[in-house]
Amino acid sequence: MKKILFVLLFCAYFSNDLSAQQSSKEALEIIKKVDKNMFSETQIITSEMIVYGKRKSRTIRSKGYSKGQQNNLTEYLSPEREKGTKMLKLDNRLWIYSPATDRTIQLSGHLLRQSVMGSDLSYEDMMEERKLSDLYNTKIVREEIYQGRPSWIMELTAFVDDLAYDKRILWVDKNRFVPLKENLYAKSGILLKTTLFMNIKQIDGRWYPTRLNYKDVLKDGKGTDFVILDIKFNPAISDEYFSKSILRK
Amino acid sequence: MIKFIFKGIIRDRSKSLIPVLVITVGVMVTVLMSGFLRGVLSDIVNQNAKLDTGHLKIMTRPYAENKDQMPNDLALLDLQDLREDIKQKFPNVLWTPRIKFGGIIDVPDSNGNTKTQGPGLGMALAILDTTSGELERLNLKKSIQKGRLPMRKGEIVLSDAYAEKLKISPGEEITYFGTTMEGSMVFQNFVMTGTIYFGSPLLDKGTFIIDIKDAQDMLDMEDGTGELLGYFDSKIYNDIEASKIANEFNSQYSHSTDEYAPKMVTLKQQNDLKTSLDVAESFNAIFIFIFIFAMSLVLWNTGLIGGLRRYKEFGIRIALGESKRNVFGLLLAEASIIGLIGSLIGSILGIGLCYYLQEVGIDISKDVENSTIIMPSIVRAHVSTNLFFIGFIPGLFSMLLGTALAGRGIFKRETARLFKELEV
Repeated sequence: MKKILFVLLFCAYFSNDLSAQQSSKEALEIIKKVDKNMFSETQIITSEMIVYGKRKSRTIRSKGYSKGQQNNLTEYLSPEREKGTKMLKLDNRLWIYSPATDRTIQLSGHLLRQSVMGSDLSYEDMMEERKLSDLYNTKIVREEIYQGRPSWIMELTAFVDDLAYDKRILWVDKNRFVPLKENLYAKSGILLKTTLFMNIKQIDGRWYPTRLNYKDVLKDGKGTDFVILDIKFNPAISDEYFSKSILRK
Repeated sequence: MIKFIFKGIIRDRSKSLIPVLVITVGVMVTVLMSGFLRGVLSDIVNQNAKLDTGHLKIMTRPYAENKDQMPNDLALLDLQDLREDIKQKFPNVLWTPRIKFGGIIDVPDSNGNTKTQGPGLGMALAILDTTSGELERLNLKKSIQKGRLPMRKGEIVLSDAYAEKLKISPGEEITYFGTTMEGSMVFQNFVMTGTIYFGSPLLDKGTFIIDIKDAQDMLDMEDGTGELLGYFDSKIYNDIEASKIANEFNSQYSHSTDEYAPKMVTLKQQNDLKTSLDVAESFNAIFIFIFIFAMSLVLWNTGLIGGLRRYKEFGIRIALGESKRNVFGLLLAEASIIGLIGSLIGSILGIGLCYYLQEVGIDISKDVENSTIIMPSIVRAHVSTNLFFIGFIPGLFSMLLGTALAGRGIFKRETARLFKELEV
C-alpha cells in the first residue's frame, strides 16, 4: 500500500513539474513569436511623439533608423526648435547632436533616466531594443479577454542585471502574437510605467501596433502618445547611419 | 548707605564670592547661548531670504504646491502686468524675478565632443538689470572666487566647487543641456566668466548663475518666471507686514477659477521656517526660564547658608532695635548690588564671547554638506542690544528672588527670645 502511495505521489510530482516546464516552454515560444513580430534586423520608422503638457501639448516628428539590437539613429524633423537634432545609440552609449550649438553631448549613467523632451519616456527606454526573450524568464499567469481579444497575461522576470525594469506584465494577443498592454515594474516591485499598444495593423505580413501610449505612473497627466506614421521592416541601411560622423551631416 | 553696603560686600567676601560667581556664569551662558542662537537663526533666515524665499514670493498655485521639483511648466506668465500691478499696490517692496531649473553642464573637447559633464542647479537672476539689487543682495561681487560676473548675454558663472569638478576655467565655452518650460530639448552655449562661492553647501555643490533674460529666451519663458521674489525696502523681514501684504494680494485671487492664478507666500511660510523659528524662539524662552529658576534655587540655597551664618548678626541688629523690615531691606539691597556685579561681569564676558563668535564663527560646512535645506557654511553669533539685558535682568532678579526667599526667616524671629538665643 505504501509503495502504491509513493508511486502515486512521485507521478503527481513529476507530472506537475513536467506541466510547469511545458508551460514555461510555451511561454518562451509565445515571447519569441512576439519578438519576431516586433523586431526586425533593420527598421526605418517615421513617427510622431505627442507629449501632453499641463498647459499645452507638443507634437514632435522624427525618423528613426535601427540596425540589430544595438544601433539606432533618430533624427528630429519638427518642430523648428527640435529640427535637425540627432540622437545616436551605439551599443550602450548615447550621443545627442544639436545643430544650433554644433555640439555633440554624450549621455551616460543616471542621466539616461531623464525624460526625453518632457515625455513619459526616458533615454533608457528609447535605447532599449533588445529582444524580450534574451532578457526575461517568462511564464503565463492566466488568460483573459482584453479589449475584446483573447490574451495571455505573461509575467516576465529579468535574468540580466542592466535593465531599467526588473519585471514586466504583458498582455499578449493570442492570435496575433502582439502585445496589447504592458506594466513595467522596478526591482522593489513598484509599478513605474504602463504602455498601451493600439491601432494594431498588419504591415508586411506582421501584426504591429501603430499607436502606443506610454504613461509614467509617477507623473500626472495623460502620458505620451507615440504614433507610427510609416514603418519599413528590413530595409537596406548604410553603416554610415550608425557612426558618429552622421551626427554633423 | 549704598557705599556702606558695598564696602561690606567687598570686605566680607564670604558674603558675595559664591553668589557673584554663580550669577556671572549663569548670565554669561545665557547671553552667549542667546546671542549664538539668535545669530544662527538670523543667518538661516537671511540666507534663505536672499537665496531662495525672499521676504515675499509669488508663484502660481500649482508651482507653489510642487516648488521643490522646480516645475517651470507651471510658471508665472504675463509677468510685466503682474509686476506693474504689485509695484503700485505695495510700493515698499522691490520685486525681482528668478528662475530655478535643472540641467547638465557639458564641457567640450577641441572636437566639440563631451570632455566632462555634470548635472547642476541653474539660477537665473536679474544680474544685468542694475535696478534689481540682486548683485548687492547676494553679495555677488564679493563672492567671486575667479574671473568676473556676467556682464552681457551668453555668459555664465559656476560655483567654485562645481567648476573644479568639471575642470573648467574662466573664458572657456560650455554647453547647457536641459529642457524648456514645455519640455523641448535645449542646447545653449555660454562663456564661463568666473566662479562663485555661495557659502551654502547645498548650493556650492553644483550651481550656476545666468541672467534672467538668457533663461527666459533659452527656456521659452518669455515674460514669465518661476518665482517673483519681494524684498522690503528696509531690507529687514517684518512678518506682520509680510503677512498683511500676502493676505491682501491673495484675497484678490481667492475666487479666481484660473488654475494658474498667482499665490503669494511669506518668508516664514516657506522651507518650514515658521516651525524652525518658532521652535527656536520657544527654546530661547525656555532656556531663560530654566536659567532664572535654577539660579534662584542655587541663590536661595546660598542665601539660606549666608542667613544661617549671619543668624547672630541679624539677631544682634534686631536686639539693638533695628526693625526687621530694615534688616530685610538692607539684605535685598546687598543682594541687588551682588546681582548687579555678577550680571555686569557675566554680561561683559557673554557679549565678549558672542563678539568673538560673531567675528570668527564655527565652520559647519562638513556637517551640512548633504543638507537639503539652505544652511550657512559658517554659523556665527550675533551681538545685538538685547544681549545687554537678556542675561542682566534675570541675573539681578534671581539674586533678589533667592535672597528674598532666604530672608523670610528674619520676620519669624521673636524679639522676646532674642537674648536667650544670643546667650546674653
